[in-house]
Amino acid sequence: MTAQPGVDGIRNNRGMTEQVATQPTASPTSATTPTSAADILTVAREQVLERGERLTYDQILAVLRTSDEQLEELLAIAHEVRMRYQGPDVEVEGIISLKTGGCPEDCHFCAQSGQFTSPVRSVWLNIPELVRAAKLTRDTGASEFCIVAAVRGPDAKLMEQMRAAVAAIKGSVDINVAASLGMLDADQVQDLANMGIHRYNHNLEAGRSYFPNVVTTHTWEERWETCQLVKTTGMELCCGGLVGMGESLEQRAELADQLGELEPHEVPLNFLNPRPGTPFGDLPVMPANDALRCIAAFRLALPRTILRYAGGRELTLGDLGTRDGLLGGINAVIVGNYLTTLGRDPKEDLALLDELKMPIKALSDTF
Amino acid sequence: MTSISVDAVFCPRCGRPLGPAGIASGEHAVCRRALDLEPPRYCAYCRRRMIVQITPSDWTARCIEHGETTESTWGPA
Repeated sequence: MTAQPGVDGIRNNRGMTEQVATQPTASPTSATTPTSAADILTVAREQVLERGERLTYDQILAVLRTSDEQLEELLAIAHEVRMRYQGPDVEVEGIISLKTGGCPEDCHFCAQSGQFTSPVRSVWLNIPELVRAAKLTRDTGASEFCIVAAVRGPDAKLMEQMRAAVAAIKGSVDINVAASLGMLDADQVQDLANMGIHRYNHNLEAGRSYFPNVVTTHTWEERWETCQLVKTTGMELCCGGLVGMGESLEQRAELADQLGELEPHEVPLNFLNPRPGTPFGDLPVMPANDALRCIAAFRLALPRTILRYAGGRELTLGDLGTRDGLLGGINAVIVGNYLTTLGRDPKEDLALLDELKMPIKALSDTF
Repeated sequence: MTSISVDAVFCPRCGRPLGPAGIASGEHAVCRRALDLEPPRYCAYCRRRMIVQITPSDWTARCIEHGETTESTWGPA
């Protein structure tokens, strides 16, 4: 990539520095000593729990390499970090697809790409249905309702639809409205902020070095640039990714590290749910213990960030694993269904939070 | 586990024909399990891809020939 004014280095998984658009701050993770799996738990306690400093790339990698025997202690530390820097509250969100399918991009995990033979058909949701869904989401106690469209970026028609949808929801439902509409330019970012969008989601999806294996129709750098634009407007940035897409542990650590560098307000953590007809449709489901190690690693890489359970947790973790993750660093959930797949009954999640004595974050605490 | 009508001809997940054992056959074991966390995508009677809309609390799947299926009419086994 060509160097640009106001760019800084982001370390890739080989320890090389490459030029990407970012804030002019050096990566604090680039000069660390490799940490063994044996002593990483001690380091995590002293560095993250006591001092509030996120793990470096090498340390994240050491966490991902811990043994199953260390998992219980690892999750306990991650939970302590979450409680100390985020508190016991859990942020609850519902998501909905405004425009489903027919996407021109080729994200290999996604059933909504028009480039694959997925059975998902293209369809738009009307505004009365959006408002109804927002009301039902609010009834669960959720404070966030995210409207998602399967697009490269929003065109004028989609922006108009969003304007009408946000106005209709805000006129009748007391809930924060978030959006996920792909890549944005500066005018679109400002337009969405002016509409009253509380948080904008745009995932990095994968660590930079693995991203070309996941998407070929746009670049990791384009995603990074949209994320940086969002941060300039006052909208909160929601940016995460998927694990279990065939990436190495190094590339998994790279994603967590790059998210730590980006400092989003929220990180949604997805576990690949292999979708029929997509290039990743035949990949195996990630083992539950690997998923739990990821949760702890992301928490320790992002001690002050909302870490949300997103897609794939039901398949990857099941009921017991879901509970373990909530006691291992997770402090936000998507309740109910996802965009093209189904989730747990919201009542089950809410009952679990009640049992764990984790109150739902109040709407008034989200501003 | 999800149930579908006994007179279904096609698997609502993969769209392939169902044999005499229906979706209970071993050939569709993966589909049967997956349908706990997925709405149907193919009409079980004509194999048309259905228009599926999912909200946080429910879903609908509509075949232009055979009409609409909802979460409540789909029903558990």
